[in-house]
Amino acid sequence: MSRSLQLDEHGQLRHFLSIEGLKRPLLEHILDSAEAFTSVGNQQVKKVPLLRGRTIANLFFEPSTRTRTTFELAEKRLSADVLNLNISASAAKKGESLLDTLQNLVAMQIDMFVVRHAASGAPHYIAQAMPDHISVINAGDGQHEHPTQAMLDMFTIRKTKGAFEPLKVAIIGDILHSRVARSQIHALSILGCQDIRVIAPRTLTPAHLADMGVHSYARIEEGIEDADVIIVLRLQKERMTGAFLPSEHEYFQDFGLTPERLRLAAPNAIVMHPGPMNRGVEIESCVADSDRSVILQQVTNGIAVRMAILAMCMSRGGMDAEAAT
Amino acid sequence: MSMKSEHRCLRIRGGRLLDPATGTDRIGDLCIAEGRIIALGETPSDFTADETIDANGLWVCPGLIDLSNRVREPGEEHKGTIASETRAAASGGVTTLVVPPDTVPPIDNPSVVELIRDRAKDSSHSWVLTLGAMTVGLQGQQLTEMGALRREGVVGVSNGLEGIRDTRVLRRALEYAATQELPVFIQPQDAWLSEGGCAHEGAVATRLGLPGIPSAAEAAEVSRVLALIRLTHARVHFCRLSNHRALSLVAEAIQQGLPVTCDVAAHQLYLTEMDLSDYNPNVHLQPPLRTQRDLQALRTGLGNGTVSAICSDHQPHDLDAKSAPFMETEAGASTVETLLPLVLRLAEEGELSLLDALACVTQNPAQILGLEESGSLAPGHRADVILVDPEAWWTVNTDQLLSEGKNSPFLGWELKGRVRRTLLAGRTLYELI
Repeated sequence: MSRSLQLDEHGQLRHFLSIEGLKRPLLEHILDSAEAFTSVGNQQVKKVPLLRGRTIANLFFEPSTRTRTTFELAEKRLSADVLNLNISASAAKKGESLLDTLQNLVAMQIDMFVVRHAASGAPHYIAQAMPDHISVINAGDGQHEHPTQAMLDMFTIRKTKGAFEPLKVAIIGDILHSRVARSQIHALSILGCQDIRVIAPRTLTPAHLADMGVHSYARIEEGIEDADVIIVLRLQKERMTGAFLPSEHEYFQDFGLTPERLRLAAPNAIVMHPGPMNRGVEIESCVADSDRSVILQQVTNGIAVRMAILAMCMSRGGMDAEAAT
Repeated sequence: MSMKSEHRCLRIRGGRLLDPATGTDRIGDLCIAEGRIIALGETPSDFTADETIDANGLWVCPGLIDLSNRVREPGEEHKGTIASETRAAASGGVTTLVVPPDTVPPIDNPSVVELIRDRAKDSSHSWVLTLGAMTVGLQGQQLTEMGALRREGVVGVSNGLEGIRDTRVLRRALEYAATQELPVFIQPQDAWLSEGGCAHEGAVATRLGLPGIPSAAEAAEVSRVLALIRLTHARVHFCRLSNHRALSLVAEAIQQGLPVTCDVAAHQLYLTEMDLSDYNPNVHLQPPLRTQRDLQALRTGLGNGTVSAICSDHQPHDLDAKSAPFMETEAGASTVETLLPLVLRLAEEGELSLLDALACVTQNPAQILGLEESGSLAPGHRADVILVDPEAWWTVNTDQLLSEGKNSPFLGWELKGRVRRTLLAGRTLYELI
């Protein structure tokens, strides 16, 4: 992704569109800054005045619960005014064009768009079309990237495991259709992780994945061996109709994360999932609920990480968390 | 087409005459009378010119024949018209262009052929030829009345980008086209493997999260069609090859003596999947841009003669069609005005001799289409002639493009070689001021 679009002339975040193209110090700055923001959530008054008077529109062209609510909480904890717009794809098709929708919002003096869209590259397109002062945050675009999710996952990994260099990280599931996996792979490799593995049937492994610096495994027992971090991805039900998989049952048989398989990983391996989970399809309940699971911490961390990213994009070289808290 | 042939006698003096069909590359004169070329090289002693054009320092070549050019009329006049797109074509040196059958409505019956001819008669700046649909509505089910289409003047038949999924229908369509002695133009892409795709399935599409079209989609369709050619003996021209595996299948078939030819689009010789990396909608193409290896294979195929023609695959779009996230934009690029300089650049880069490069846009497409009057400067041919300034550099920009479609993938490129004048049957229909 073109770096110039995401960064301003001083190397500060203008938009947050993709992990690809960002440098390690910037990702580390996000993680450090998020660290400072976690304290806001622990206070009784969960608010800092950092974005007071700013208006943020959450534009969700695709349904989402977790991402939208954690974005909204992050925005409100930064004291921004928040506008939620859920525009289903079919309504968008019948009505005005994407650009018209956005230009109307620009006319309403919105300062920032948080965008989820089914088309890969949509936030990139919007960022290019917007006037200079408006920031665009990618809340998930098609099969491309979900960069804030990846950053909250990195935050969670760093908090529990420390440095990225020695870690072995295994991502299990539908890599082909996963924007989360793509962002995670970029983030892990930028942050210095040397051993990134993906575990998936060949039908759900994208072409030339090795070019992204990962090792592919078609057998979970091999891929999970000695892993320090295991990320389980959601398996969408529609994969059964596109001739990607025969059945959920067989997927669980071959790729489901069970306690037996978890035992092949490193002794203190953590289990992550970006949600929402299909218990009994990609992960067995007792694993999801075990003390190895950090799935709910991911959700909590998501708020602080998103606060950090929102604040960085909106301040552009000005304040950050330390100044506010 | 409106133009009546020019009765006056015209002498183009002192240009570098470049005519692949006769192997001509020399400084000399070209004499035209009544819209036809009457002398190539020396002016006959009894020839009196009404007008003399000084071509000193210019190249004099046959007008280009473009095997695929969507003029968008009828049905999509908001993207372009016969008037606007043939004017753009003339400015790019294209004097004959072939319209694929996927107009709206499609060219699946003689009345659409007639309609296009009538509109071209009034407004065209180049000769507009048509391909008929092989199946009604391009639906891949019922055969069209190819006999009636042939009598109305189509130069071949095709099923456009859609292809014919049902192999039995495809077989019958090939047999029936052979019965009507119509060449079949096939843009090979397996419908199932390419469904929903908008980019080459490879490293770049994986990174960008774009649904891919594997190279195998093209190779699989070429294989299927080649098997049916062996069965039906239809004459098939494969259009817009993009991939080295498909190309080697065609090369093998040609070596075995099968009646097949193929072309490439000029942009496939210069752009690859890497050009997608900023989601530029102007490089959303069908077939998709592929890899550097494919690009080199296509160039090699031109060099060894497997690929005999280069077309523009011109597809002008309105702004709205390209104002959306990449995968929601319409595929296709506005390319007729960059065809000639890109072809000339192949010679400059040493891929082909200058005459061989020009043959890919003149003599060879004329042969593929069975045109006897055009594609050459030999005496007796219709005087479709272009004068080219080979040293003129120009920058591609939207203000300058005459096409209604500003969706060029080459915006900002510096190109060398510019058409100074285009003659159609001896009449000047375009002149660079």
